[in-house]
Amino acid sequence: MAYSGLVLSRPPLSCRTSPPLGGDWQFSRKRLFCEVGDWRRPTRYSISPLVGEMSGRTEGGAVPRPIAIREQLLSVAEAATPSPALLTVEGVTKHFAGVTALSDVSLEVRPGEILGLLGENGAGKSTLLKILSGVMPPSSGRIVFDGAEFNPHNPQDAKRHGIVTIYQELSLIPTLTVAENIFIGRAPLGPLGLVSWRKMEEDSRGIIARVGLDLDPATPVSALSVAEQQLVEIARALSLKSRLIIMDEPTSALTETEVQKLMSIMDRLRKDGVAIMFVTHRLEEASAICDRMTVLRDGRLAGHLDREGGPIKLPKIIEKMVGRAASELYARPTQRDVAGDVRLSVRGLRTVRDPQAPHAIVLEGVDLDLKAGEILGVAGLVGSGRTELARAIFGADRIAAGTITLDGKPIAPTSPADAIALGIGLVPEDRKHQAIFAALGILNNFSIAALGRYSNAAGFMAERREREALASYRKTLSIRMASPEQAIEGLSGGNQQKVILARWLARDPKVLIVDEPTRGVDVGAKAEVHQILVHLAARGIAVMMISSELPEVLAVSDRIVTMRRGRITGEMPGIEATEEKLMELMALDQRQGATQ
Amino acid sequence: MTSTTEPSQRGGINVARLLMSFGPLMFLAVLIIVFTVLKPSFIDPINLFNIMRQISITGLIALGMTFVILTAGIDLSVGSLLAFCGMVAAVVAKGGTANTLSLSTSGTQGYGWFAALLAAVAVGAMAGSVQGFAITRLKVPPFVVTLGGLTVFRGLTLTISNGGPISGFDASMRWFGTGLIGPVPVPAIIFAIAAILCHIVLRYTRYGRAVYAVGGNAEAARLSGLRVDRILISVYVIVGFFAGLAAFVLSARLNSSEAVAGIGYELTVISAVVIGGTSLFGGIGSVGGTVVGAALIGVLQNGLQFNNVSSYTQSIVIGLILILAVAFDRWLKSRVRR
Repeated sequence: MAYSGLVLSRPPLSCRTSPPLGGDWQFSRKRLFCEVGDWRRPTRYSISPLVGEMSGRTEGGAVPRPIAIREQLLSVAEAATPSPALLTVEGVTKHFAGVTALSDVSLEVRPGEILGLLGENGAGKSTLLKILSGVMPPSSGRIVFDGAEFNPHNPQDAKRHGIVTIYQELSLIPTLTVAENIFIGRAPLGPLGLVSWRKMEEDSRGIIARVGLDLDPATPVSALSVAEQQLVEIARALSLKSRLIIMDEPTSALTETEVQKLMSIMDRLRKDGVAIMFVTHRLEEASAICDRMTVLRDGRLAGHLDREGGPIKLPKIIEKMVGRAASELYARPTQRDVAGDVRLSVRGLRTVRDPQAPHAIVLEGVDLDLKAGEILGVAGLVGSGRTELARAIFGADRIAAGTITLDGKPIAPTSPADAIALGIGLVPEDRKHQAIFAALGILNNFSIAALGRYSNAAGFMAERREREALASYRKTLSIRMASPEQAIEGLSGGNQQKVILARWLARDPKVLIVDEPTRGVDVGAKAEVHQILVHLAARGIAVMMISSELPEVLAVSDRIVTMRRGRITGEMPGIEATEEKLMELMALDQRQGATQ
Repeated sequence: MTSTTEPSQRGGINVARLLMSFGPLMFLAVLIIVFTVLKPSFIDPINLFNIMRQISITGLIALGMTFVILTAGIDLSVGSLLAFCGMVAAVVAKGGTANTLSLSTSGTQGYGWFAALLAAVAVGAMAGSVQGFAITRLKVPPFVVTLGGLTVFRGLTLTISNGGPISGFDASMRWFGTGLIGPVPVPAIIFAIAAILCHIVLRYTRYGRAVYAVGGNAEAARLSGLRVDRILISVYVIVGFFAGLAAFVLSARLNSSEAVAGIGYELTVISAVVIGGTSLFGGIGSVGGTVVGAALIGVLQNGLQFNNVSSYTQSIVIGLILILAVAFDRWLKSRVRR
């Protein structure tokens, strides 16, 4: 305990509390270090916070005698309580093209603890992550890691310093084996300078055992489940002697048992002295495992929470995450109990796991009614099955069981083209990959779903009509653009989204599903997009709005359903809903949901 | 700060944009001028028409290839398919597989040029549809399917012809390869008409919009209700059709269908399309560009020959130009993005 204050740059994790004071300590380059073990590959311990204290003793370039340093060490160690942070973030701010994504955020991570980083979408979590993992520099602020200023130039640099980030999209190479992935770029060499496969596999076996994996290191990664691949990534991070592992939404693609396993591994790593930053918006998971939490809201620090004794309680987290006058953002329309006819009705909808898309959430017995002229908000976390529900209705994914009726008639769209012909439109979640034709101009992007309406029987485009239609949407939706030929990529996110909305309006849809309609849309344009959705509903279109931004769901929806793990967990009128109520339903376990 | 830098930036972008649309055309003009200075007889109408005749065969296939590459696909089988279609046309025109160089006046037992043309384009289109099905239904990448096609069609050609040529067509068929309308060679006219039609289809029809959309972002196209598979199959049918048409014209011009015709054509054709500014990643490109690209290669070949540069050296020059054209295009795009 006495030495827990010493930050060692490369300790064997179990030795963290007992630095080898008997070693030969030297002082150079403002660091105090000691090398022990095999002289060819020594293990180096170094202490940097001593810079101030030691400077007086090294005048004239004299190397301080080990005994003097030992005394120094002891005194410093005594002074250093409680254990100082491994990573300190101080007042970090990040601006993007006039938008402040992160404003004056501070936090710290201590060795051997799990810090939860929580916040809604757009709260700034991913921006902070990108800064810490070296993807981009902060606009201002200071980051100290292991006692030294931390300014990584790129992700490799951050890794070298000992911060490894594990993203949702795993970075393993599927065609290589587990061992090759772990030792990628630093394979152990044999006497002839050739790769020593035997040593590589032996070493890998030890490393993967640390994360509780029991498999042959020669297995190709493509044969592993997502959960196993994640553990391999963690194993690789450990083998790189990482001091801080940042995990970005690690549980979103895992099953309940896999989540349990991951948690126990995280717990073991914590006991080994590894610091973990757990980025999530799964509140119960965070509450179960985190020692402390830092909550972000709208790019600012909303507060820190500490585990005092028991786990941090959900209501406390929710309070920190929500606590803003969000409704001021949007012109809150009158939310009505819409008395219109049921336009779209879904009963017992079920999907099965598609080997082509192993990350997709499987839907289980989904019942849903959507009335003409209402906006139905679908709230749920990433991975709750909301997007899969939209895609199933839209004919983009296969349905295993269940019925869908449109205006009382059963429909079974097997492709988006079928669904579109029936009068259903979908504004997809990932605008860049699923909606935008980056190489094409605005006009072509606008009319692509309604080519039949803007062409004659012979197949020739009626370009004048097409241009007139675009011009009228440009006015009604106030799309800010230079010309119809302008590349759509040149527009802001909000204006791009308006063009995509116009694409569907051009078809006069009966049902319009919008998935994360304001993702990547600046605040001003958000309200405009909401306004458009409200107008569409007023025109009698049945609007289903999927969103993980609760203020948005609350502001716009007439009725709200919540989803979790492929099931509907609750429903309430928009007027009665609050962020707290919705969040509880979204976080609700399906078993609890069934009993309520 | 932004207000002062923007105008100059915008000016830069305009120059780059201009170069991007007219770069190949300007390069073509420069080449013509250079060759004319080197040897003034280069610009003689006779030579120019000669160039047009030369480029019309690969040019026709390049028109079809433009559709394919716009969808981010590729067709490596066109050279073999050309030989195959040519052989089919010859068999139909002569009414059999006799390899003898029978004179057209002596044997009129064939089915005439129209049936031969029809057979050539039908076989080409069918071959294209088979490859299109393999690409969309069996999910084999276009590169692999058409690489297989390259071998298969050559083998089929050699099988039906027994490895030799089928020669000697009647005058009405030969006219399509060697005839003139006024001073203009017939193949050049066929190429020009086909180019205009292709331009209209790509630029002014629903189908053309769909081709660009599928190439630009297949997933977004699917989610916008386009039948992506059908469009993909159709572009291979189109390139097959043009391979058939080009085969007919080539056979007519040579008065012979050779089993070894069209070897390496796929590379010339793809070069023409790419030099013309069509992106191998799909979604960007035009028929006008392809025509310019084909003309560029034709002028280069002819001009080098005119100046007694060996055909070996010609290959080197054309290959380097291809790489430079794409590098230049890349560089311009990076400028425009900024």
